[in-house]
Amino acid sequence: MTVNELSRMEDFSPVVLADADRDIDGVYIGDLLSWVMGKATSGDAWITIMSNINILAVASLTDSACVVLAEGVTLEEDIKNAAKSKGINVISSQLSAYDIALRLSQAI
Amino acid sequence: MSDLLTFHFDVDGDDFTSAGQASVQIKKNLRQLGIAPDTIRRVSIAMYEGEINMVIHAGGGEADVTVSETYIEIVLKDQGPGIANIEQAMQEGFSTAPDAIRSLGFGAGMGLPNMKRYTDYMNIESEVGVGTTITMRVNI
Ligand SMILES: Nc1ncnc2c1ncn2[C@@H]1O[C@H](COP(=O)(O)OP(=O)(O)OP(=O)(O)O)[C@@H](O)[C@H]1O
Ligand SMILES: [Mg+2]
Repeated sequence: MTVNELSRMEDFSPVVLADADRDIDGVYIGDLLSWVMGKATSGDAWITIMSNINILAVASLTDSACVVLAEGVTLEEDIKNAAKSKGINVISSQLSAYDIALRLSQAI
Repeated sequence: MSDLLTFHFDVDGDDFTSAGQASVQIKKNLRQLGIAPDTIRRVSIAMYEGEINMVIHAGGGEADVTVSETYIEIVLKDQGPGIANIEQAMQEGFSTAPDAIRSLGFGAGMGLPNMKRYTDYMNIESEVGVGTTITMRVNI
């Protein structure tokens, strides 16, 4: 499934679509950035409740397909702009990390 | 030995929001050089962890990256407080990060272990009150 397709699924909405044709081929859930750095793999949808600027570098360096903000977490405007300019996809959902992972597991 | 390519960065210790810029830049440079994606990933993640550590724990520092035909070397040098017990610092889960930093998602105590895991060689030289120099190498 592509990031674009995920962003259009029920309960999901696009926050930043900068490279929306990217394929999602796995999932990683985590909020501790060094854990994510150590464990997330290229092409993952990274589910997190973290929303500070540092998530952009983590998403970029792990080559995640997209960041999925869980539990209705939002991004500040300047962080959205930074994501756009760095080519990082961000999607949000009101669902919990668990429910997002369940949806992704069926969809990818 | 053919020419070595070198990159130098000053890592600002005050600006936490821009922390990680040197690593993101190196990722771009290595991509332009046609280095394999997995190698780029290992180099840039290891460098990012070290760069963030310099910002969080040492008030900034300098990063030098050398690209040779057979390896990529990263040297991170700071004049911070130093690491009193390197063996302890290398353990997964050990962290002295303050609460404000933890609330941003840092402080899992996984940075140094990641650096070790993602590189083929890593050496830490540190003296309390003087600073820390970390050298890492990833073979190409
Ligand atoms: N450049 C440095 N100068 C001084 N102390 C350091 C430096 N780098 C690491 N340390 C010490 O080593 C500890 C472990 O570092 P490590 O990167 O593994 O974890 P962390 O930075 O605390 O958390 P994380 O990397 O998971 O966000 C730090 O908490 C700090 O006490
Ligand atoms: Mg660290």
